[in-house]
Amino acid sequence: MGFWQFLSTRHQQLLVDAYQHASAVFQCMVIATVIGVLIAVLTYRTEWAGNLAVTTTAAILTVPSLALIGLLIPILGLGVPPTVTALVLYGLLPIVRNAIVGLRGVDASLVEAARGIGMSRTARLLRVELPLAWPPILTGIRVSTQMLMGIAAIAAYASGPGLGNEIFTGIASLGSANALNEVLAGTLGIIVLALAFDAGYVLIGRLTIPRGIRG
Amino acid sequence: MAEAAKAEAGVTAEAGAGPQDERGRSEGRGPGTPGGPASGATIVLENLTKRYPGNPRPAVESVSMEIKAGETVILVGPSGCGKSTTLKMINRLIEPSSGRIRIGDEDVTAIDPVKLRRKVGYAIQSSGLFPHMTVAENIALVPKMVGWGRTRVRDRVEEMLDLVGLDPREFHGRYPRQLSGGQQQRVGVARALAADPPVLLMDEPFGAVDPITRDHLQDELIRLQRDLHKTIVFVTHDFDEAIKLGDRIAVLRERSHIAQFDTPEAILTNPADEFVSGFVGAGAALKRLNLTRVRDVEIADFAAVTVDEPLQSIVELLRAGQHNELLLLDHRRRPYKWLRRGDLLRARGSLARSGTLVTHTVTRDATLRDALEAVLTDSGGRVAVTGRRGEFIGVVDMETLMNSVHEMLEADRLTALEHRHELDQVRTGREQDASPVAGDPGGDGEPPS
Repeated sequence: MGFWQFLSTRHQQLLVDAYQHASAVFQCMVIATVIGVLIAVLTYRTEWAGNLAVTTTAAILTVPSLALIGLLIPILGLGVPPTVTALVLYGLLPIVRNAIVGLRGVDASLVEAARGIGMSRTARLLRVELPLAWPPILTGIRVSTQMLMGIAAIAAYASGPGLGNEIFTGIASLGSANALNEVLAGTLGIIVLALAFDAGYVLIGRLTIPRGIRG
Repeated sequence: MAEAAKAEAGVTAEAGAGPQDERGRSEGRGPGTPGGPASGATIVLENLTKRYPGNPRPAVESVSMEIKAGETVILVGPSGCGKSTTLKMINRLIEPSSGRIRIGDEDVTAIDPVKLRRKVGYAIQSSGLFPHMTVAENIALVPKMVGWGRTRVRDRVEEMLDLVGLDPREFHGRYPRQLSGGQQQRVGVARALAADPPVLLMDEPFGAVDPITRDHLQDELIRLQRDLHKTIVFVTHDFDEAIKLGDRIAVLRERSHIAQFDTPEAILTNPADEFVSGFVGAGAALKRLNLTRVRDVEIADFAAVTVDEPLQSIVELLRAGQHNELLLLDHRRRPYKWLRRGDLLRARGSLARSGTLVTHTVTRDATLRDALEAVLTDSGGRVAVTGRRGEFIGVVDMETLMNSVHEMLEADRLTALEHRHELDQVRTGREQDASPVAGDPGGDGEPPS
């Protein structure tokens, strides 16, 4: 069976997998962004706390994804919980690091100006520091998403959702008629999704980065 | 100035009710316009000290000073003398280690600093505008924070842009990076003044702009202050700037010790000690020129015609013999060209090709030093004076300048003499006070100082 023929007979299943893959990555990214920015906001003011946050998240990233999911299965069982946990953990590093760098990079004289005109701590954070740090944070989110797209494929190992299922089925039945097609479809699907997300981020950047600080 | 008028009404009509009245009461009267609306407040610093942990010597040691309502006081001193620290203690960006700050009738040493800062305008070097907000959003920040209504904020933004000489329609939606350094600084001042604070703190606000723009901004600030009568505390390391802007100047030495706190004239003619005279620097007579403005000297009339006038009548006017020279004005009555008698002939009657372009003009707020500079560079030895919109008012020439400088220096000499005389009297008076004097209730039992 040719690749195109394979696609046309299996397209329903492939679309479901692609949708689940995208949705898993998207949801994990939302969670990772909220947690990552929160960690950054809590730690960027103190030297050691910020460094600790970056080092910890970096350490998580060095754990092989297959191993991490494998370790999570006995604790969280199969399916969605270990997938989400692993993806969120992996997604943290670029976001935390960029958010800390971004927040620390905000011109100190601007922060003082904000204090000087009577903005409270929260107002300073929400109206001055985070908006100014937003471009690097968004870049972190983008990098994170690209990474999670690939890692999410491993989730199939824990019976998670997504295009990884195609790849794993293919690898498990190497030599059979559709094995190569399955691996190919899964991989290409992930690439297409990654590109689509990236385009989405460009659009989000256009919409959310104020014209005054757009590079 | 609807704002100030409102505050005024608040005092008379509904005394004792509402925050509007609160602010009204703290307002003083500007020295320039007796009875007119004014919004300055007195600032009193008592033994203000700042110590940093790990440093045995305080950064600022026991500064006491009283700044009158509506007054512009300049803190000037070498870098590292603590002038900026002193300023930042007034709005408690730096918390004083000890001492008191009073603004108006209120002791602000212990109130919520965020609330304090909303009542104190703050403008800093390189404007401190938020780059992700438009000009209008930047200006609207403080009014919004203190809870003004939407339309009031919008009107205020327009008013403030107009006040600092920027066209609201053009600049409203721009981002700071789309402005020149001078324009950013204007917006910075507009933002600081937006919520109509009685006090304005300025920390080397014009330090980062080029000299020409700085000059304009200084003139602008003088003009603003003439209308607004805020209490301004201004930090600079540039003594010329201090002379130009200050009603009084505090010359600070290390740890913010006040070496002299007096009017610019007094400091120039009568520096308190070596340190001050060293800081004043050479050329006190030239610096004196910075203290007088073009509006204070005689502005002479000068024959002027606009370009709209028929060529024939211009030729007639030149030929009539009364005037050797004419000033040609453009359509909006701004100085355009100096036209000598022979110029038109040589250019074969073409206005476009004859005469010399006017390169320098001064406003009435310009200092005599600016005027002298312009006169010296002009080939004819005079400079055209223009009004707010650049329209021609008259000319100032070398002779006028020379005469006024002579008069000025003579007057200074006299005041300095008088001053010394007074000091002597006070001194002898104190010596007399040392022996008990009858009928002086305040002096009873007080040890002589």
